[in-house]
Amino acid sequence: MIYLRGRGKGVLDSTLNRIQRLGRTTLAAVSRLGRANVFLMEVFAGLSGMLTRPGLLIKQLFSVGVQTLIIIVVAGLFVGMVMALQAYYALVDFGAEDSVSVMVVLSLLRELGPVITALLFAGRAGSALTAEIGLMKATEQLSGMEMMAVNPIERVVAPRFLAGVISMPLLAAIFSAVGVLGGYLVAVELLGLDAGAFWSQAQSKVELFEDLGNGMIKSLVFGFVVSWIAVFEGYDCIPTSEGLGQATTRTVVYGSLAILVLDFVLTALMFSK
Amino acid sequence: MNTRTLELLVGLFVAAGLVALFMLAMSVSNLASFGGDDGYIIKARFDNIGGLKVRSPVAASGVRIGRVSDISYDLEGFEALVSMSIDPQYNVFPIDSSASILTSGLLGEQYIGLEPGAEEEFLVTGSEIDITQSALVLEQIIGQFIYSKADEE
Repeated sequence: MIYLRGRGKGVLDSTLNRIQRLGRTTLAAVSRLGRANVFLMEVFAGLSGMLTRPGLLIKQLFSVGVQTLIIIVVAGLFVGMVMALQAYYALVDFGAEDSVSVMVVLSLLRELGPVITALLFAGRAGSALTAEIGLMKATEQLSGMEMMAVNPIERVVAPRFLAGVISMPLLAAIFSAVGVLGGYLVAVELLGLDAGAFWSQAQSKVELFEDLGNGMIKSLVFGFVVSWIAVFEGYDCIPTSEGLGQATTRTVVYGSLAILVLDFVLTALMFSK
Repeated sequence: MNTRTLELLVGLFVAAGLVALFMLAMSVSNLASFGGDDGYIIKARFDNIGGLKVRSPVAASGVRIGRVSDISYDLEGFEALVSMSIDPQYNVFPIDSSASILTSGLLGEQYIGLEPGAEEEFLVTGSEIDITQSALVLEQIIGQFIYSKADEE
C-alpha cells in the first residue's frame, strides 16, 4: 500500500470512491438484468395457471386491451389522416398523388402501426400495470398471497403479462386499419383522389406476409418486451410511494426506448435485402 | 362490472382486432372487391397494357365511368384481354367506341380512356371494343426517337 499524506491522499480517495461507485452501479445493473430474466422464467412457469383459471386472463385483457382501445383508434385515425395530407402535398408536385395510399399503407403497416401502438401502450397500459403490481407489493398483498400458499406470479403477474402480449398485435392491427381508413377519408373524400386508384395502388405494392406479417411480428415483439418491463418494474420496485413513482416512470422510459431500439434492429433484419 | 359485460367487451375487442387484420389483409390482396359491382362487362384487346391493373379506372372525357375488372393474356391472338365493368347508368356507349390506355400525369396511374363512336347500337355485357390503342411505353418511344435521329444523320 502507498501511504499518502495531505492533499494527495484526498485526491486518491475521491478517485477510488468514484471508481467504486461505477463498479457498484454496474453490478446493480447486471444483477437487475439477471433478476429480470429469472423473473421472466418464473412468469413463463406461471402461465400454466391460466389454463385452469381463464377468468384471470379475461379480466386483464379488459383492463390492458379494451381500455387502451379508444386512444389507439383516435391516434390511428389522425395519424392516417395526417400521413395522407403530407404525402399528398409531397407527391402532387410530381403528379404522383395516386401513390398516396401506398405511402400511407406501407408506413402504417411496417412502422407507425406497431411503433406508435407500442408507445401508447407503454404509456397507457404499461404504467398502469407497474403501478398496480407495485402497489400490491407496497401494501404487502403479494407477500400475503405467498403466506396463503398462492403463487403471486402465477396469480397476479402472469395474466397481466400474457394479456399485454396478446393485446399488442390486435391493437396494432386496429391502429393500422383505422389509419388506412383515415388516409382514405382524407385522400378520397377531402382531396378528391380516385377511390379505385387508392385501393389498387395499395394492393399492387403491399405484400401480405412481407409487410403485414412483419408488422405483426414487430408488434408481438414489442408487446412481449413492454409487458415484461412493466410487470418486472412493478414486481421489483422499492415498496414505498416514491419507489413506486420511480418504477412507473422507468416503465414508460425504458419501454419506449426499448421499442425504438428494437424497431431499428427488427427493421434492419426484416426489410434489408 | 359483472362478468358478462367484461367478457362481452373483451370478445368485442378481440373480434375488432381480427376484423382489422382481415381488412388489412384484404386491402393488400387482390381477392377483395370493395363495394358492390353491378355494372356491365365489356372487353377490349390490347397489344400492350403497360402498367394497367385490375381495379384501374375506366374514364370517358376524364370522368370515371367504371373499373378494370379482369386482365388476362389471350393465347389465340397473343394479346392482352382486358375486361371492364362499366357503371350501369352509362349504358349508351356506341358499339364503335374506342379504348386507349392513358396515363394520368407523368408518373401517375394508368387508366383506360373510352372515346365514344357514332353507331346507333350500344355496347352491352360481353361486347368487345375493336378499336384500341395500347399503352405508351417510354422505352419504345425513346428507342424510336433515337432511331429516327440516327436516320436523319
